[in-house]
Amino acid sequence: MKGFLKTNGRISASAALQAVTRWYDSYNPVEKAKHWLWIIVRAVLLIGICFIILYPIITKVSLAFRDKQDMFDSTVVWLPRNFTLDNIKLIFGYLNYTEAVTNTFILSLTTSILQLVSCALAGYGFARLKFRGSGFLFGVVIFTIVVPPQTIMVPTYLHYRFFDVFGLIGLFTGKHGVNLLESFWPFFISSALAMGLKNGLYIFIFRQFFRSLPKDLEEAAYVDGAGILKTFARVMLPNAVPAIATVMLFSFIWQWNDSYFVNLFAPNYTLLSRMLDLLPGIIRPEYVGGISHTSLYLNTGTLMGILPIFVLYLFAQRYFVESVERTGLVG
Amino acid sequence: MAKRRTISIERKKAMFGVLFVTPWLLGFILLMAVPFIQSLQFSFSKLTLTPDGYSLKFVGLDNFHHVFFVDAWYVRNLTEAVTNMALNVPLIIFFSLFTATLLAQKFRGRMLARAIIFLPVVLASGVIAKLDSGNFLASLMGAASTDLESNYSGLRSIELEPLLFEAGLSREIVFYLTGAVDRIYQIISSSGVQILIFLAGLQSVSPSLYEAAKIEGATGYEAFWKITFPMISPLILTNVVYTIIDSFYNNNVTQMIQSTAFVNLNFGVSAAMSWVYFLVISIILVISTYLISKRVFYYD
Repeated sequence: MKGFLKTNGRISASAALQAVTRWYDSYNPVEKAKHWLWIIVRAVLLIGICFIILYPIITKVSLAFRDKQDMFDSTVVWLPRNFTLDNIKLIFGYLNYTEAVTNTFILSLTTSILQLVSCALAGYGFARLKFRGSGFLFGVVIFTIVVPPQTIMVPTYLHYRFFDVFGLIGLFTGKHGVNLLESFWPFFISSALAMGLKNGLYIFIFRQFFRSLPKDLEEAAYVDGAGILKTFARVMLPNAVPAIATVMLFSFIWQWNDSYFVNLFAPNYTLLSRMLDLLPGIIRPEYVGGISHTSLYLNTGTLMGILPIFVLYLFAQRYFVESVERTGLVG
Repeated sequence: MAKRRTISIERKKAMFGVLFVTPWLLGFILLMAVPFIQSLQFSFSKLTLTPDGYSLKFVGLDNFHHVFFVDAWYVRNLTEAVTNMALNVPLIIFFSLFTATLLAQKFRGRMLARAIIFLPVVLASGVIAKLDSGNFLASLMGAASTDLESNYSGLRSIELEPLLFEAGLSREIVFYLTGAVDRIYQIISSSGVQILIFLAGLQSVSPSLYEAAKIEGATGYEAFWKITFPMISPLILTNVVYTIIDSFYNNNVTQMIQSTAFVNLNFGVSAAMSWVYFLVISIILVISTYLISKRVFYYD
């Protein structure tokens, strides 16, 4: 081709077109530009969303270590000039932090384990062990998700205030039930019976997940002579790790952050969510010297409230995010 | 022989099924069904606490009359809650579908992006979210913001409004969109579970469908509307239902129900309020489920 161009002394039009086409085919500039443009757009969007989510947390961290005089210093934007731990120490005392975290941890861990057991059992029962009326009962599970907890609030409160199973306790002791308020028993009882916070959702997650596991797995276990209980414990549960991780994380954290049931069942207990609930009342502007001081302390308090679950999330998020890939959260 | 054995296994399975479900069933009867009926009974009575229990006096529809015609705030709060829900649900659904589509693609740093986007599921719930609304200093740091109530992240649309007016959109749409931008943190933080559900759905769509479409010459845009959208439309229904329930979980009305019972000790009126609330939610759910499920596409 080179010789051809030389002998003619000028570039033939068709040859040039061919060269351009060949170049286009091998490099494909439009497709590439589209590809890179999309990558840039996607990156901008995702970074933007992540920024909006992280911004309040970064703000809180920045505020928590800041001395009071830095708040009125307009040259201080993110990094405090007078680094201090005073805010944290103060809030530590107000929240009764050590006791509150220990109590909340015990409560959240126990309830989430109880909920895990009861919801996994119910989910497996609804998914694989069909009996007459199980479809109807699963509809009832969905119904329990819909009923707002406030609708049954007053009777539930009275139920635990005068706790009695079928009148048995009253029969033996002659009293009108036992007062279970101001203890963890209401939480434990409702969790063990799969009626805790958003437990309908967990049963739903487990049912969908167990349904998505292959049936051959179970049948192989039955052929090898395992009973139903053994199959569930040894074959199905180890395969349900993503669902277990998701439910465990949800139940632990929602219990940790919940102030509704805490205020209802144990309104005088030192629990983190209740202490946080009380915090705005303790640090009113007139006590601490102005609304900005109150806000400073509130930010510090919130940061300390989310710190334990943030650490937990750092460890659990791998399972949690991975579980999305495999979990059968599908309707 | 073989036949009898399979029957016995089926029967055994059914037996164990009942056994597995029993804890939940007990819980449902004791902690859900009984309180549910009691609550209905309370709403028609006057409840007084006595040292050894409580006594009921039937008062007919008095409590409901109080809720609708005497109490100055209940109807207003309820309307506000319903309006907020109606405004937020489409935005949350749209945003979570969009984000899920982004997160479903393969790119470097995907795990990190997912971990951050699910962070609000963990952090912005319950008491933390309550303390954070109306954060004074954070919005001061955002400087541009004046709206302390809902917008504590300090992000605000200043230029968007004139831009959209210039583009010739009607006032209502412009205010809806700019309002959405102002509430962006609220929307992002309440769409974590929805993103999760959509993401799981997107990953279960068979890749062979996309391959076939690509061979036929479909663009990515067409593939989204012709394949992705119909395939995950059942999940849109799930998510709408979840978002509606979630938005009614904690607001002024629930706080009112609570304070009426435990601050004013007016248990009957509180029960009546909660029943009205429950019925309103149920009606909204039934209507929206009916409207959406007519358009949902089921693959199998």
